[in-house]
Amino acid sequence: MTAATALSARAAGNPSFAVGGVLTLALLATAALSLAWTPLSPYVIDVPQKLQLPSARHWFGTDSLGRDVFSMLMVGAQNSILVGVIAVSVGLLLGTALGALAAAWRGWAEEAVMRLADFTFAFPAILLAIMFTAVLGPGIVNSIIAIGIFNVPIFARVARGSAKAIWQRDFVMAARAAGRTRLGITLVHILPNIFSVLVVQVTIQFANAILWEAALSYLGLGTQPPQPSWGRMLNDAQAQLFQAPWLALFPGFAILLAVLGLNLLGDGLRDLLDPRGTRRAMAAAPARR
Amino acid sequence: MPRTSYAIAALFAIALLPAAGQGEERKDTLVLGMVLEPPGLDPTTGAAAAIGEVTHYNIYEGLAKIAADGTVAPLLAESWTVSPDQKTYAFKLRPGVRFQNGEPFTAAAVKFTFERDAAEGSTNKEKAVYANIAAIETPDPLTVVLKLKQVNANLLFNLGENTGVILDPKSAATDATYPVGTGPFLFDNWVKGASITLAKWPGYRDAAAIKIERATFRIVNDPAAQVAGLLAGDIDAFPRFGAVDSLRQFQGDARFTVTIGSTEGKTIVSINNKRKPFDDVRVRRAIAAAIDRKAVIDGASNGLGVPIGSHYTPNDPFYIDLTGLSPYDPAKAKALLKEAGVSLPLKATLTLPPPPYARQGGQIVAAELAEIGIDARIEMVEWAQWLDGVYKNKNYDLTIISHVEPRDLAIYANPDYYFQYDSQDFRDIMEKVNTTADATGRGHWLEAAQRRLAEDAVNVFLYVLPQATVAKKGITGLWRNSPIFANDLAAVSWQ
Repeated sequence: MTAATALSARAAGNPSFAVGGVLTLALLATAALSLAWTPLSPYVIDVPQKLQLPSARHWFGTDSLGRDVFSMLMVGAQNSILVGVIAVSVGLLLGTALGALAAAWRGWAEEAVMRLADFTFAFPAILLAIMFTAVLGPGIVNSIIAIGIFNVPIFARVARGSAKAIWQRDFVMAARAAGRTRLGITLVHILPNIFSVLVVQVTIQFANAILWEAALSYLGLGTQPPQPSWGRMLNDAQAQLFQAPWLALFPGFAILLAVLGLNLLGDGLRDLLDPRGTRRAMAAAPARR
Repeated sequence: MPRTSYAIAALFAIALLPAAGQGEERKDTLVLGMVLEPPGLDPTTGAAAAIGEVTHYNIYEGLAKIAADGTVAPLLAESWTVSPDQKTYAFKLRPGVRFQNGEPFTAAAVKFTFERDAAEGSTNKEKAVYANIAAIETPDPLTVVLKLKQVNANLLFNLGENTGVILDPKSAATDATYPVGTGPFLFDNWVKGASITLAKWPGYRDAAAIKIERATFRIVNDPAAQVAGLLAGDIDAFPRFGAVDSLRQFQGDARFTVTIGSTEGKTIVSINNKRKPFDDVRVRRAIAAAIDRKAVIDGASNGLGVPIGSHYTPNDPFYIDLTGLSPYDPAKAKALLKEAGVSLPLKATLTLPPPPYARQGGQIVAAELAEIGIDARIEMVEWAQWLDGVYKNKNYDLTIISHVEPRDLAIYANPDYYFQYDSQDFRDIMEKVNTTADATGRGHWLEAAQRRLAEDAVNVFLYVLPQATVAKKGITGLWRNSPIFANDLAAVSWQ
């Protein structure tokens, strides 16, 4: 049995991965679909139709200005994914670079990177994000920057930790002895081996980014109207809590399912990509003739 | 065992004691909700309307009093006479009045206060009124004579506003943090961010008529929290209730009375008149034609609110209905933009402060502007940012705000005001308003002023900010309308 076959067999059997995968795919599919089609326009304001219960025309009802909630949820998924992808990418690229640098060069470089990470962690994240948007102005771009900045030290720490473990391995020491440069070793040996750890971290940070975007939009600092945003929909629903309590359910569940899906996916991936697990499965599977 | 049960019984008794006393105690205490926290407690130096809500008529008093219907009555001045040329006002002051710190109320206090209001560095919102006083004479401790530079037909109304309250010279410097006045309530406590408490002053000249012993103003910014506070019973009454959308459930509830009235709030879309292309009157008229007042009133204000066509409300003297000059006509709006040669889509920012009329109304306005080719990017800001960015630095294209000061046409005569409207024509009209002695003549000029603002489409005039008061059954004396933002607690009582 090859490693790949063993992996897919385990993947199907792993409930976290299965459920997480389905939810994440649903999120991506919704966002993709919303680019081409939504039942109604999420931008059309129709005040006489405000605060309607779910019906045949408005599948999830309407909000306080008469906009279709279902369509807003679909287009809101685009925003969540956009913020997630860009902010996490920024964190991944910059953070991994810094972390790998720290693990490779050690000494003052490592100290500098780690202290910078500590410094960023010392700030309550949400206050930093608020400060950013207060200075730079509210909007989706600035919230991406704020979230991206917070992802950098997280990836830096994870990358450094895993990279240091790889640096201790025999084949790396051999390569070092053979005269390879630190940069060469990092690119050829370190990065491929910490890849699985980073993938898992990406899914976790993606989930966090969705939560952060929702929090910033809830506060009015993130995505501005008329762009729909799950966080801002929650804020609007709060103002209508006594009139239309069901309004809060839909964006709330959307956020819940998206974050849950990504977290489960991350858990599942961690199980699957753990090298020990693969070797065990291969040993247990019957040998091919 | 018996000792434990005695202990439990005793604990129960102690726990129930406050509830037993609750019935009588509630009848003379009042918890009022308010939306914004005042930055200070001296209305002669601060511009926020919230200052007057707490202190006006409660802690401080002025020479005149504005009643709930907008009429002017004597307060600290017992009577007054006006010279035929309307430039000399002689006030007879009420005798035997003291400040809460024991100092006597005399003409000297009036002179001190008005001179302070007119002084070089004064931050009084109505400084122009006091700067217009050429001389203040105090022939005896109970007489004050004001000699004006120019006729001010609104002087008596101005003296009844919170900017005209009389301060004690000895405590004036600290009034912002520890207010001292001649009113029926003493300042008791201010828990920043939460509440301000006033206690009845037994030494007030008419203390027997004051039914409320203790009044707490609870600050609740969030509309949902306002609803929750009322339903839970924590708040007894909420004048100027913010969650207009949620009124229905209070109207159906027997425990509450809901009163709908009006304020002097002119809700407008302010346009930065010096910014291209908004300096072109055709563009401003296009924006006005693109906006459907009814849609904004329905969406932002739950259908409550009277449409207006200029910076004046139906409650003000010589009001004329100018809504017909700027009806909803998107086709006309597009034509005007074309005529002005504006390249579409025109990009603009729409800055929205926190209140629902701005946040909700702003989304409707942006959608309507998009229909005619104006891409209005919404920027939601907090009050501090609005005051700094829009009001002080005039760094905006469009914004939505409600001006609640009564009869404030004069702001359009100031080219440095944040609208940056610079019209000599309008200044001439206001000059005539200020100097015409007879009422009909002045009325003619007031109508001209309203018409000028409507024709020049300086801003888009939307509607009068309504006032909804939600109170527990049994509370009487709260104002239905707010000609000024005040809570006259002396008139309030539990039945």
